[in-house]
Amino acid sequence: MIEVHNVQKSFDGNQVLKGITCTFETGKCNLLLGGSGTGKSVLLQCIVGLMQPDLGSITFDGTVFTNNKVQIRQEIRRKIGMLFQGSALFDSMTVAQNVEFPLQMLTPEMSREERRDRVQFCLKRVGLENAGDKMPSEISGGMKKRVGIARAIAPNCTYLFCDEPNSGLDPLTSIKIDELIQEITYEYDITTVIVTHDMNSVVEIGDHIIFLYKGLKLWDGNKDEILNAQVPELKEFIFSSSLVRAAKRIDDESHTPA
Amino acid sequence: MVKSFGRFLLFIQSMLTRKERFAVLWKRTIDECVTIGVNSIFIVSIVSAFIGAVTCVQIAYNLVNPLIPKSTIGFMVREMTILELAPTITSIVLAGKVGSSIAGGLGTMRITEQVSALEVMGINSASYLVLPRITASILMFPLLVILAMALSIIGGYLAGSLTGAVSAQEYIEGIRTDFVPYNIVFALIKSVVFAFLVSAISSFKGFFTDGGALEVGNASTTAVNNSIIAILVADFALAALLL
Repeated sequence: MIEVHNVQKSFDGNQVLKGITCTFETGKCNLLLGGSGTGKSVLLQCIVGLMQPDLGSITFDGTVFTNNKVQIRQEIRRKIGMLFQGSALFDSMTVAQNVEFPLQMLTPEMSREERRDRVQFCLKRVGLENAGDKMPSEISGGMKKRVGIARAIAPNCTYLFCDEPNSGLDPLTSIKIDELIQEITYEYDITTVIVTHDMNSVVEIGDHIIFLYKGLKLWDGNKDEILNAQVPELKEFIFSSSLVRAAKRIDDESHTPA
Repeated sequence: MVKSFGRFLLFIQSMLTRKERFAVLWKRTIDECVTIGVNSIFIVSIVSAFIGAVTCVQIAYNLVNPLIPKSTIGFMVREMTILELAPTITSIVLAGKVGSSIAGGLGTMRITEQVSALEVMGINSASYLVLPRITASILMFPLLVILAMALSIIGGYLAGSLTGAVSAQEYIEGIRTDFVPYNIVFALIKSVVFAFLVSAISSFKGFFTDGGALEVGNASTTAVNNSIIAILVADFALAALLL
């Protein structure tokens, strides 16, 4: 479980996070939802340690991460897997080398054979067992995301962070990536945090959703509750999608007595 | 300017604290030695051979006094090459080739979140990415400078012989006259300092690139400009201190 308490962050006097307090639960897909510029990615970067919050604390399973000793922060970071928006694959390495990289760096006690087996297992898990020898430039955007997931889970991560995993993907591939993230979350019982503004992801995998608006947490709940949420900003965000509006209309009509 | 220098010092400090395992850094250093050193042999060879040749021909052109022996041409080519041309011009050429490559490579890694990926894994990205580049530069620059010295003197010899500006015997006599071994040591000290400046400045510029492709290009250009200025300032400082 990850606990975020009163996290604040400003850039040149512009307060991007205005005291966010929330909890990301283990074994669930936790979604950080919100429009562009609401502070989702900044919050994610504060949680994984790429940015230092001005105020507040972040705790991973009871261990404080913010402002703790470097060694403790390193220990926590080594349990983190992250899927970046652009996949962030190392372009000088093959797909298999990318997946093997965290194992090489973080688990030197593993033998070469054990590493190779683990890489093959992870690639198979994301459906890319035959793409190990390809370079990142030779594979599609969806495949890059899968490699990113394989690299994140290779060292048995406890926490999985995904920064807009569906960006730049077609709807069908997006659904497959969402399903893969959800399967991995349930299978390994890990804490998954996904930054998104994709309503398809919300209704597909939103076990726990936190809605951010102008640096504030306005609502949290799950995918079954979100369509009936009574927060005007959230309603505006949800129903800006034509597809959701249409689905809601059909749903309402089906419940209206003839 | 002061703020940038402070950030540069903190960057160097962050690279040296929490270093990655020796085996990992060693492998990375060897890879970088190939990129920085072996892949630069061709351009360094061409530049230094022609510099030696041109120096020889131009000295011969200016040496009109019949009282000065022709062997002076070989002597002057050697002195200019060892003291100045080989270490400084080679380092300036490498600032263009290696410096832009380091800054561009790191800048691209930064904007495509590859540096962030390393940091999220708990890897000290500065140590993993930058330390091997600086170490490899410090190892390879002196070797390239030694190569440049040899090829420059050979270039002068060939140019002098082929154009008839100086005979082979006189040229060899010149390059053997009043040889001071310390000059070689001085040149190698310069090459080590220049290697550090080029690799550290270029890494700093690339590592902190912010934005997109345009900023990566700007970082490369700034890295080369700053490296060349640093080389020239350090060249003067070292000459004043060590000669």
